[in-house]
Amino acid sequence: MSEIIDRPLHDDEKPAASRLRIVDCDVHPSLHSTDDLNEFLPKRWQQHLREYGSHLRTPYLFTTPYPRSSPLIARRDAWPPTGGPPGSDLAFMQKQHLDPLDVEFGILQVLDLFIFSQQNLEFGAAIQRAINDWQLAFWSHRDPRLKASILVGQDGIDLAIAEIERCAKIGEYIQINVSPRANEPLGRRRYWPIYERAQALDLPLGIHVGGYGGHAPTGGGWPSYYVEEHQSNAHTIAAQLASLVIEGVLERFPKLKIVFIEGGFGWIPSAVWRMDQHFARFRSEVPHLKRKPSEYVREHFWFTTQPIDEPDEARHLRSLIEWVGIDRLLFSSDYPHWDFDDPRFAIKTPLTEAERKKIFSTNARAVYKF
Amino acid sequence: MTRHIVARTTEIPPGGNKVVDIAGRDIVVFHVNGEFFALLNRCPHEGAPLEKAACVARLTSPEPGIYQRSRVGEMLRCPWHGWEFDMRNGQSWFDPKRVKIRSYPVAVERGDELQKGPYVAETFPVHVEDSYVIVEV
Repeated sequence: MSEIIDRPLHDDEKPAASRLRIVDCDVHPSLHSTDDLNEFLPKRWQQHLREYGSHLRTPYLFTTPYPRSSPLIARRDAWPPTGGPPGSDLAFMQKQHLDPLDVEFGILQVLDLFIFSQQNLEFGAAIQRAINDWQLAFWSHRDPRLKASILVGQDGIDLAIAEIERCAKIGEYIQINVSPRANEPLGRRRYWPIYERAQALDLPLGIHVGGYGGHAPTGGGWPSYYVEEHQSNAHTIAAQLASLVIEGVLERFPKLKIVFIEGGFGWIPSAVWRMDQHFARFRSEVPHLKRKPSEYVREHFWFTTQPIDEPDEARHLRSLIEWVGIDRLLFSSDYPHWDFDDPRFAIKTPLTEAERKKIFSTNARAVYKF
Repeated sequence: MTRHIVARTTEIPPGGNKVVDIAGRDIVVFHVNGEFFALLNRCPHEGAPLEKAACVARLTSPEPGIYQRSRVGEMLRCPWHGWEFDMRNGQSWFDPKRVKIRSYPVAVERGDELQKGPYVAETFPVHVEDSYVIVEV
């Protein structure tokens, strides 16, 4: 897994000499403070935020149910020298991440205020709209490498559709983001209007892990520890993959593209094998499916790489990548969070130059049409 | 092995560190409870800068609900993924057989003693009345 390194770095390990320009599908910008949103948020909702705070199904305001491994789940070296939380200073993000790692495009994934999990749907829609404007004004317009997503809360479906239409007219957004932890599994029909718009606008659906919709994060209930809860990201995405496939979303929307972000990919082969096996036995229960589940997965879904699995044997990771499919994987770093993956060292198994190019660049460029 | 004078002892406060370039190597020198330790400034996992690591205690638990702290400040916790290393020898806490940060011998010597040996002091003049941190590479 690791060697003891006692030598000057080789040229290809040095940031400035990074040879492959990369697309990073998971970069987290952060609000300096909620005041950043004032110019995009109507007075009524500014006052609401000030007086009542967030409406989340979490124990205390502005907290998560689990103490995390580091403050704001950030790399300890990612706090900007100018102050503010990690990810809030564009100049520092450029200096620490975008420039040295030669990031050609970085896709913004905003988690501030857990905006997908807001239980007051109108307040949620107001801050989603403000965040969507803030992504352009504070990030994309100041650094065109950084691409914004249309964030919507799918449980307020009419509000979500209105926001998608508003942002689509602006035309600068590259995907539609919804929560993996909504009131019902993602395949349910109440959410289909979003998928209809995504297909019509030819925008991928981006689903980043996290948030608290009120359900326990695992099928087994509430975990006790962060290290235990962290596993639930994969469980959640596995459940949503099955829901989207089995409910027939891809039959109804045959051009829909779906990207799962930060859910890992080690679990995909067994999930797909099992779905195919059961489909062979029980297909009369779901006659709306015309093809094997694995076929929908291989055609409609992409998965970001971080947090990448690190099996003891490098060849096991190699097999895993082959089972999932080189074409299905999109590199992501998760900057500036603690489990950041460095593109030079994260994938600890040999890849050919052609394979590296796909995972680090061309797969994402094809999905997002860069 | 060449001995390099890298700092005055007063220059690195307790709990602090200093990064030095020795023969092309990025080396970080920590000051913990009056002792100095030198390690390659690079986590063997994904290359994170260890100068930003947390200097933590060794935390053990003989049974659930009982916690023991020892060797306060002597364990490095990588600033990214939290891998822990023993500052005295660079060994990984969870996988000591396979994972290790390169560590270098460190000595503290008085300026008047430094007149004797082969030393390289690249950054500042040495005064006999001070004490210095020496790293062997």
